[in-house]
Formats: sequence, structure tokens, C-alpha cells
Amino acid sequence: MQFGIFSVSDVTTDPVTGHTPDDTERVRSMLTIARHADEAGLDVFATGEHHNPPFVASSPTTMLGYLAGVTRNITLSTATTLITTNDPVRLAEEYAMLQVVSGGRMDLMMGRGNTGPVYPWFGKDIRQGIPLAIENYALLRRLWTEDVVDWQGKFRTPLQGFTSTPRPLDGVPPFVWHGSIRSPEIAEQAAYYGDGFLHNNIFWPLSHTKQMVTYYRQRFEHYGHGRADQAIVGLGGQVFVRKNSQDAVAEFRPYFDDAPVYGHGPSMEDFTRETPLTVGSPQQVIDRYGAFVDEVGYYQRQMFLIDHAGLPLKTVLEQIDILADEIVPELRRIVEAKRPADDVPLNPPTHAERVATALRAGSLGAAHVGGTEDRWTGLRAEEGDPRNLEPTAGRPFGL
Amino acid sequence: MSSDRTLVTVSAGLSVPSSTRLLADRLTEATVEALETAGHTVTVKAIELRGHAHAIVDAMLTGFPTGDLSAALDTLYAADGAIAVTPLFTTTYSGLFKSFVDILDKDALRGLPVLLGATGGTARHSLALDYSLRPLFTYLHADVLPMAVFAATDDWAGAGDQVNPLPARITRAGADLAARIAAREPATPADPFGSTPSFADLLARGGHSA
Repeated sequence: MQFGIFSVSDVTTDPVTGHTPDDTERVRSMLTIARHADEAGLDVFATGEHHNPPFVASSPTTMLGYLAGVTRNITLSTATTLITTNDPVRLAEEYAMLQVVSGGRMDLMMGRGNTGPVYPWFGKDIRQGIPLAIENYALLRRLWTEDVVDWQGKFRTPLQGFTSTPRPLDGVPPFVWHGSIRSPEIAEQAAYYGDGFLHNNIFWPLSHTKQMVTYYRQRFEHYGHGRADQAIVGLGGQVFVRKNSQDAVAEFRPYFDDAPVYGHGPSMEDFTRETPLTVGSPQQVIDRYGAFVDEVGYYQRQMFLIDHAGLPLKTVLEQIDILADEIVPELRRIVEAKRPADDVPLNPPTHAERVATALRAGSLGAAHVGGTEDRWTGLRAEEGDPRNLEPTAGRPFGL
Repeated sequence: MSSDRTLVTVSAGLSVPSSTRLLADRLTEATVEALETAGHTVTVKAIELRGHAHAIVDAMLTGFPTGDLSAALDTLYAADGAIAVTPLFTTTYSGLFKSFVDILDKDALRGLPVLLGATGGTARHSLALDYSLRPLFTYLHADVLPMAVFAATDDWAGAGDQVNPLPARITRAGADLAARIAAREPATPADPFGSTPSFADLLARGGHSA
């Protein structure tokens, strides 16, 4: 199982010190957090995409592109990329570029966005949220898998003989997750394509998460991608950890009580009982998160939100160290021991694995579109069979 | 035909004891009596919002109900019929009552027979049932009964309405709700994903083919 962290990029006043970072400081803190997570050995860093204060993460590929250059092992992802309001042509280009720049050390997660007003800012209609997600993603996939695309749809101008560049690395598009909290239509979409499904359950009771994940698994099997237990599932989470649980509770409480997302509502005790938020010792996190698999089945990625609510950067970095040193190794051992069968994927597929799978299936796309290729059929005219390409997976760029 | 039906009452009185709860209980008795006379067995579940007040505000802030409130909502969503009674404050339903309605799943009451009731100081407030409560439940596509029961302070003393006194209105409203419930098939547990379209349907709605 992969363990990672994701940031929603909120700019929040530290209720203890009264310090409010400016946008520059917050962006730089996210870069520091991601680099630290890589050095500490976590598996994934993901950034949200928001276009309104108090959030600063409006441009994920710029941030992740930089991080691709300064990190070594960590998978870079999004949480989430807005498939509704971003132009799918732009997404195809930007994330293929990120895939190349990162040497395949990335994936991305689609979502519809968390605020209604974002739709008109980008010229879209919120009432079309689901149809936009369906149409835009269908187009994005075609742009990655077909060299030359003729296309017509409801929500953007038609495409005639359009080729999105750069072509995906090794001819294999990035792995895609679909994030949804409440919409079974999105679970259905993930299942239809055999993509990953991430339930960001941080504000939800486990019973709801279980329903959504179970539905996705059933539909994944229905569409013939494998058994239900082989579907690729991720969960959100949030923790605050100190060696002694009393210290964790005392230190985190002012942040909880003032946080825009959950402050002034249920008590921290109620909230931690009802949702995955766990405030306590490393062992408490291990016990709590080690048991989720009993409810939703073996899953491949666990993401934690740890850098929010005005927590100081130093504290966040300490949280990463505790996660990496004291929690993840033990949690991994416990959870992976519960994997029901060897053919249930241990982790989400890596780029190298996806290249190998595509080679076996004979479905490898072209990694390059040279000047001599036949633009009308998309076949490559230059020498060499794309299936003979060496996968470049995991080869860090520029290091 | 004999079958088990579940009747859920929602009462939004703020004090204990509460005349709002009293009206809810009287309407419930009348409904149960009429259903039992018609050969049905009835399970009654009462949701008194006062006990969920904090959780209701929490749910408004966080987007999800917790603990006992979550169970109460599930009870309502699985009902065969409902009785909703609120005190009238400043010309309309109480804020607690509206807050509860605001956290309901917008489709959960679709087609559900609902009998409305309200309590107030004087009979002059009685139309609030029709200009504020009724549109609220119509918006939720509930099957709102034409008759609603308003009880003013004087009604409890038997002096409020000499033409159609409160007990008679309660009996008639209960009978109306019972008839509406009896005419329906018993509620079955809702499948939260039962109405999810297949991916082919999703594509088709956008004018695309699979």
C-alpha cells in the first residue's frame, strides 16, 4: 500500500501564534513539505487545485513540474484536478508534459471541484457538472491514446485532426484516479474505465465510504476489469500525532476549534469519533487506519491531510517524520497482511507496470509524433516499432 | 390487507413539556387508531428535534449528520408516513425546524405522505401552515395532505373553535393520513445507488455513444 500526503493549500491564520502566511510563504511551504515527504520516504505527494482564496494551489502542474526536478522517488499527484472547468485539451497537454518531465513519476486525480462559483469563472455551468466530467474525461482519454483526434461535443469547440503534444511517455497515458465523495456517477465513471477510485472520506463516517467503495468495486467487476477486490481504491485521512496522545490532543485542539473547515461545529471528540480524523499517538493512528481495510477491503493508497488549519511548517515537517518513521512501516505491515489474494494489486500501477501491460496487450500508443508520420491515420512512419521502446519509467529527469 | 407500516413524527417544540410535542402525539394516536381499525399494524418513531439541536447545527457546518441524528434521519427516510409539527415563531416555522429540513436529503421525502401541524399563541397565526410549511414540503415533493392542524393556546382549553374543535380536527387529519399511508405499498429500504445511471446512460445524456 502506498502512503502519502495531500495538501488543500489553505492559507489559515495560526490560532496559537496569530501568524498568517502570505501566498508566497504558503506556496513555498508546500514545496518544502513535498521535498521533505520525498526525503522521509513517503510514497505520494498530491496538491489540490483551487481558484479562490484562502487557497493558493491554482496551478498544479507548475508546482508538480518543479517538484519533479527536485525530488527523487515520490509520486506526484493532484487532489483533485478539475475535470469540469479545465479544458480537456489543456489537461492532456499539461499532464503529458508533467509525465515526461517526471519520468512517469506522477498520476492524477480527477474531481469536479468544491465550490459552485468556480464554474462561471471558467465559463461553465454548474448544473452541467456531471455531464462536463463525463464528456471532458472521455475527450482527455482520446487525446492521450489517439495521435490524431476528430471530435465534437457539447462543451467545447470541435477538434479537427488535432494532435495533443507531447505524446504520453512511452505511449502510455498517466494513471488516473477519480475522486468523489457523494456522487455515484463518478464511481461509475471510474469503474467503466477501470481507473482508480479515491474516496476522500475525511469529513465522512466510514459507513458512507464503505457504500461508495463497494459500489465502485461492483461496477469495476461488472465492466470486466477484474474482480471487485482487484479494483484500485484510495482513501483520504487526516491525523495529528505526538508521542503521547494527550500532547497531541492539547496541541491540535486550538487548530481544530478555529479551522474554517470544521471549527465551531462538532467537538474534536465527536469529530474524531465519526470521521477518520485521528488525534493521538502513533499507535492510535496505526490501530485506526489498520482497521479501515476490514470495512472497505484491501486498498492501494492511503493519503493524509496534515498541513492545514494554520499549523506551522515546522510542525507539519515533524508530522511527516512521525508518519514516515513510526506509523507507515507498521501500518503497511498490518494492512498488507490483510491483502486477500496475491492477485489483488499491492499498490496502484506504476508507469513501468502500465507500459509492460500495454506491451502484453499490444495496445501501446506512439510516444512521439514525428514530422514524417501519417497525420490522417496517426500511424508512425519513422523507423522502429514503438513496442520496442525501452520504458523510461522511474528514470528521474535531470538527476 | 394487513402489513407493517412505520409512522415517524417530527416535533420541533423547544420546551419540556411541549404543546408542540403534545399535538404531534395526539395526531399520531389518531393516525395509528385509524390504521389499526383498517387492519394494519403500525410502528411509531418520534424524532424530537430539541434533543438533536446541536447535532443539527453541526450537520449544517460539516455537511454530514452524526450519531443519533444520523439514525433519526434514516428512520425518517424509511417511513411510510410522517407527521411534522412545529411551533410558529415570528410568523413562520421555528428556526430549529427549518434547520432540520435544510439538512434532509433533497429527494428523501419525495412522495412521502406528510401531515403538517403547528402550534401558536392565537388562532390568527393559523394560515402560517399554508403559506410557509406547505410550500416547504411541496418543494421537497412530499405528498402533503390537504388538511393541516393548527392548535392555538385556546384550543387546548376547548374554547378555541366551537364549530370544529381541536379533537375533531385531529381525528379527521389522522384518518386522512392513515388512508394515504394504507393506500401505498409499504416502504422498502432505499438503495442509495438504485437510481445511478449506467455509464452508457451518462454518455447518452451528453449526446455521446459508448
